[in-house]
Amino acid sequence: MDWITTVDHKKIAVLYLIAGGFFFGIGGIEAILIRIQLMKPMNNFVSAQVFNELITMHGTTMIFLGVMPIIFAVMNAVVPLQIGARDVAFPFVNALGFWTFLFGGLLLNLSWLMGGAPDAGWTSYTPLSGSEYSGTHGVDFYTIGLQIAGLGTLIGGINFLATIITMRAPGMSYMRMPMFTWTTFITSAIILFAFPAITVGLVLLTFDRILGANFFDVAGGGNPVLWQHIFWIFGHPEVYILILPAFGIISEVIPTFARKRLFGYSSMVFATILIAFLGFMVWAHHMFTTGLGTVANALFSISTMLIAVPTGIKIFNWLFTMWGGQIRFTAANLFAVGFVPTFVMGGVTGVMLASAPADFQFHDTYFVVAHFHYVIVGGLVLGLFSGLHYWWPKMFGRVLSETLGKWTFWTFMIGFQLTFFVQHFLGLMGMQRRIVTYLPNQDFDLLNLVSSVGAFLMGVGVILFLVNIVITTRKPADAPNDPWEDGRTLEWSIPSPPPEYNFKQTPLVRGIDAYWKEKMAGHTEMTPAEPVGSIHMPSATPLPFVMSVGIFIAGLGLMFSKDDFGNAFMNGLFNNYIVVIIGLLITFGAMALRSLYDDHGWHIEPEDQDEKGVRT
Amino acid sequence: MMKQWQVAKRILPLLAVFSLLLSACGREDLSVMKPQGPVAQGQYDLMKLSITIMIVVLIIVFAIAAYVLIRFRRRAGQNEVPEQVEGNFKLEVIWTAIPLLLVIVLAVPTVKTIFAQGEDLSNDKNAVQVKVTSHQYWWEFTYPQYDVTTAQDLIIPTGKKIAFELKTADVLHSFWVPSLAGKMDTNPDGTLNKFSFSAPNEGVYRGKCAELCGRSHAFMEFKVKAVSQESFDKWVNEMKAPAVLPEDTQLAEKFKTNCLSCHAVGDQGGPVAPNLTGIGGKQSVAGILLNQGEGQEDGNPVLDNMKEWLHDPQSVKPGNTMPNPKDLGLTDEEIDGIAEYLANYKLDYE
Repeated sequence: MDWITTVDHKKIAVLYLIAGGFFFGIGGIEAILIRIQLMKPMNNFVSAQVFNELITMHGTTMIFLGVMPIIFAVMNAVVPLQIGARDVAFPFVNALGFWTFLFGGLLLNLSWLMGGAPDAGWTSYTPLSGSEYSGTHGVDFYTIGLQIAGLGTLIGGINFLATIITMRAPGMSYMRMPMFTWTTFITSAIILFAFPAITVGLVLLTFDRILGANFFDVAGGGNPVLWQHIFWIFGHPEVYILILPAFGIISEVIPTFARKRLFGYSSMVFATILIAFLGFMVWAHHMFTTGLGTVANALFSISTMLIAVPTGIKIFNWLFTMWGGQIRFTAANLFAVGFVPTFVMGGVTGVMLASAPADFQFHDTYFVVAHFHYVIVGGLVLGLFSGLHYWWPKMFGRVLSETLGKWTFWTFMIGFQLTFFVQHFLGLMGMQRRIVTYLPNQDFDLLNLVSSVGAFLMGVGVILFLVNIVITTRKPADAPNDPWEDGRTLEWSIPSPPPEYNFKQTPLVRGIDAYWKEKMAGHTEMTPAEPVGSIHMPSATPLPFVMSVGIFIAGLGLMFSKDDFGNAFMNGLFNNYIVVIIGLLITFGAMALRSLYDDHGWHIEPEDQDEKGVRT
Repeated sequence: MMKQWQVAKRILPLLAVFSLLLSACGREDLSVMKPQGPVAQGQYDLMKLSITIMIVVLIIVFAIAAYVLIRFRRRAGQNEVPEQVEGNFKLEVIWTAIPLLLVIVLAVPTVKTIFAQGEDLSNDKNAVQVKVTSHQYWWEFTYPQYDVTTAQDLIIPTGKKIAFELKTADVLHSFWVPSLAGKMDTNPDGTLNKFSFSAPNEGVYRGKCAELCGRSHAFMEFKVKAVSQESFDKWVNEMKAPAVLPEDTQLAEKFKTNCLSCHAVGDQGGPVAPNLTGIGGKQSVAGILLNQGEGQEDGNPVLDNMKEWLHDPQSVKPGNTMPNPKDLGLTDEEIDGIAEYLANYKLDYE
């Protein structure tokens, strides 16, 4: 019950982590099934229909329900602590964001149990995703599930923007913010601008499918290419929503374990902003083969290549952060160090893809599959592993086993390289993506087998990480404030895990790497910016949960509003939108309750402020 | 020992890149890395340029990374705090300028190639015009200059430019012959795409559908057969010759009523399904069951393929719209008879 009603950013981080981890596991199992099917030519491990459902759900789940929530988990756990805040700006809204994400994700995955998962690819290009060519409810689950889950992301992004703008500790100017906070800030800004696009796209597709509109139907005056534009105007910035937080994590981990401040801090900030800006200018490079014409192709080729410049700045800054430092190879740092060359690999193939005539060959082949897995797995997932190993003691008060962590790194890393390196060549040799099987003797056989073996090894790596978590959880929570001894930012100045109110006294920030600065001045804790006093806390409430349940019910009701259940009662309920109305009533009722009942929260008095965290 | 291994670990993938590149793996009729025509060659040249630039970048980054990781490990007893360096304006300008320069080096030939290959040949009298229509899950090729329509095997004369106009009859597909040219999507009316390629050498090239188009996306393959101008002209004439029907009149009647309502042979039948004229001489049955013949070392006899297809089309291409001949009331003998007729229906043009 405590977990359902919580509005504490640290507990919501744990909720995000558990839910994101759960969906990540589902997406991983889907990936393994795909690789089993492609292990040998003309395999019939799964049918063509199931294969299309697997690839669609693997992509959708991993992007929207796997890595994004884990990013949000890390952001929630770390950002308020890094800026010296007691919570996010809107704790209630933060909880709401989590619950809408969870119920959207559950709705999407219910499709496996309720007559067919979405099968039109994670990009769901029309007309294949229209009701004419995708007759099951699969794509409805996609549109409505993602809509609900996307609501949570948008809410979360706005919340982080407000938090970072308004709640930084005294003395923390923008140019003194830790890099992870900076990337969270920029990521949230991208979310703010990119998610409305997918929201609109999903509404249009829902209208086409459920209410019979013609946005993408040529016969009715629509245009299927419109979907591609809307999808990628969201979809390309989405890539940066994913990768920027990883950049932020790496920018925290590498300085800590090199015992040096980040090289070129201001150029890092500048590069991050530039990447975000360019991220919105390049969506059409996903559509070179759609037939945009020579001028558009030329312009989008060049704008895409330009992204290499800020990214290059970042890579060299990381390398020169380590230059002259004292590098310790902890598990967290192994992942961070492994990230750099792997991400560079993904980056250079990105520049290759930007060359439009060459992209006519690369597009929709395994070369692209290799490229984006190098970016998303080799970049983001390595970054997340790094961040989780790094901040685990802060979140849970327990340091993850270093030995197991290193085993995780090596199995995952080797498995990853085996899986995806060879896929570059598969693509160049003529293997298109999203195919359920392939004919023998096309030189695809051996490389596909290698790729599958690598995927199993990655699976072993993930299992080792889970084992590590289980073993660590059974140990006592005795991590010190600063378990890595070289922590630089504010979160390391308070106990692990932090008390409910984070900072007994808001700290005074005197420069970049505030805590490191105090340590170098011979202090053991931050200089407070305020006297000890009564701390105001928001009240716990089940309303965000109830609102999300309402939306979930309304979504299901809308999806089945045209179905014949062969049962007068059920037909009456669904076909007259009664279920939709009930769901919306629950949500709006909870909203009204929230508006009308004035909750002032509560206070923790100085005598009740214990130093150590109270939760696991 | 440990150090050397670290170095090897960084260099091994690079060596692997080089060796794989040099071997230029893949089949000649399929691989992007073995281009068989000027368009694919142009694209391949661009790839080689970008790969070279990128490998140089990789070598530099990996070398710095390897050096840093080995040189600046924390050693036992090393407790003094390293100097906290803020950054270095000159260095940062250098690694802003160099990528910018590399991007320019790549951007110039890219833009050149885009405009060179974007040439519209749809009014060029010297080019062979081909209208490609993609269907779930087969390809239709119409030659408006010759008033000929065929399916699955695209016959083209060598050396001539082929100007394509692409469209789809249902969902989006993508027309791709890796060894001849990059792919282009087939959109519905209103956003038709045009592009062109040519094949200097005679041969059969494998084509693929590159855009997810439903259950049988993987099986939506086709072949491009480049033949001499003489053979091509002969082929056109053969295609326009009156239809050959089964000799057995009873079977011919069955074939007409059951098959020709959708399919066409010669001057008879309908345009809904693939044109069957000369189907016995094609490279494959249904695009995916390879027939025995030149360059198809893994093919089965065309008759076996035809029988496999006709006895259960859904198991070969799930989700295709052809009704099962058994459901049309044809007996096994009749199906075999039609299979035999079709397998022997060959055009003589080579």
